[in-house]
Amino acid sequence: MLKRSFAALPKAPLLAALLGAGILLSACVSPPQKDYTAFRESRPYSILIMPPVNLSPDMKAAPTFLSASIRPLAEAGYYVIPVSLSSETFRQNGISAAEEAQAIRPERLREIFGADAALYLTITRFGASYALIDSVVAAAASARLVDLRSGREIWSGSANVSEGSTNASGDLFGMLLTAAASQILNTISDRAYTAGRRAAGELLSAGKTGGVLYGPYNPNYGTD
Amino acid sequence: MEARVLRRVFLVFLCAAALSGCSGGPAPLYYWGNYESQVYSYLSGERREKQIEALSADLEKAESDAKALPPGFYAQLGLLYMEAGDDAAAIACFRTEKERFPESAAYMDFLLGNYGK
Repeated sequence: MLKRSFAALPKAPLLAALLGAGILLSACVSPPQKDYTAFRESRPYSILIMPPVNLSPDMKAAPTFLSASIRPLAEAGYYVIPVSLSSETFRQNGISAAEEAQAIRPERLREIFGADAALYLTITRFGASYALIDSVVAAAASARLVDLRSGREIWSGSANVSEGSTNASGDLFGMLLTAAASQILNTISDRAYTAGRRAAGELLSAGKTGGVLYGPYNPNYGTD
Repeated sequence: MEARVLRRVFLVFLCAAALSGCSGGPAPLYYWGNYESQVYSYLSGERREKQIEALSADLEKAESDAKALPPGFYAQLGLLYMEAGDDAAAIACFRTEKERFPESAAYMDFLLGNYGK
């Protein structure tokens, strides 16, 4: 039926209408433009990922986000200060809580780690939650990138990833059983880990609207 | 004839839009291997012996395929050697990290300085 109406209409107006619709729709959904002036002035080569503040009840949130944040930033083109070592350095200096670490002055961080910028992560959601009918795995975090030489914030962003376990059969009792079983599976499976990696990737990859700029190691450096 | 040309233009437009969505992206800058999962294991407090094994395997593979290892890879291995008591290997790893990534110099010197004391 679509084919017939396509054949019936004059072509040029249809093509123009489709292109026009695309432009209108993208204008509706595009987020406000971020101001990258401070980021471009900063030109960081290296990033220190700070111990994340974890607002979720899951102990695995911080290790997941820490390890999953390396790749998107390194592939974006930044040197990422080795995460296990920086964690150890904080620990060995008596800094046990992420909030404590995140309160350290930028100059001191620059002195010890030599990084140009630091990434301050706050994990707002992580893990599986039992919501009666469905069992949802979620990972969400917000981040700020701060230039350690000036103390200025040069970028911020957030990401929210969730996936539910859907029951195809549709009956209530079946759904309750499925939700309970998948709750168990979720908590012992690595779905939360996968969601965390996706969230970190969405949060910290370059080459997307609102994302970090490309860094010096990436061939696209300076093109965005 | 005009109708055919326009239909082709429309189809090309659709194909280009579709393809740009599923291109898969450019090739990665680094060979990642087990690195991320081993950092996760380390941060989760898991046993170190398997981590040295896993990263050493990645090291061999990357060297044989002439691929670049990511920021922090050598330092991670160095940390594991340090904890295992193999100071010479640890120092070698921190030095390699510093060579590959000059931005790491300040921190690597800090760690190597702690060795000298």
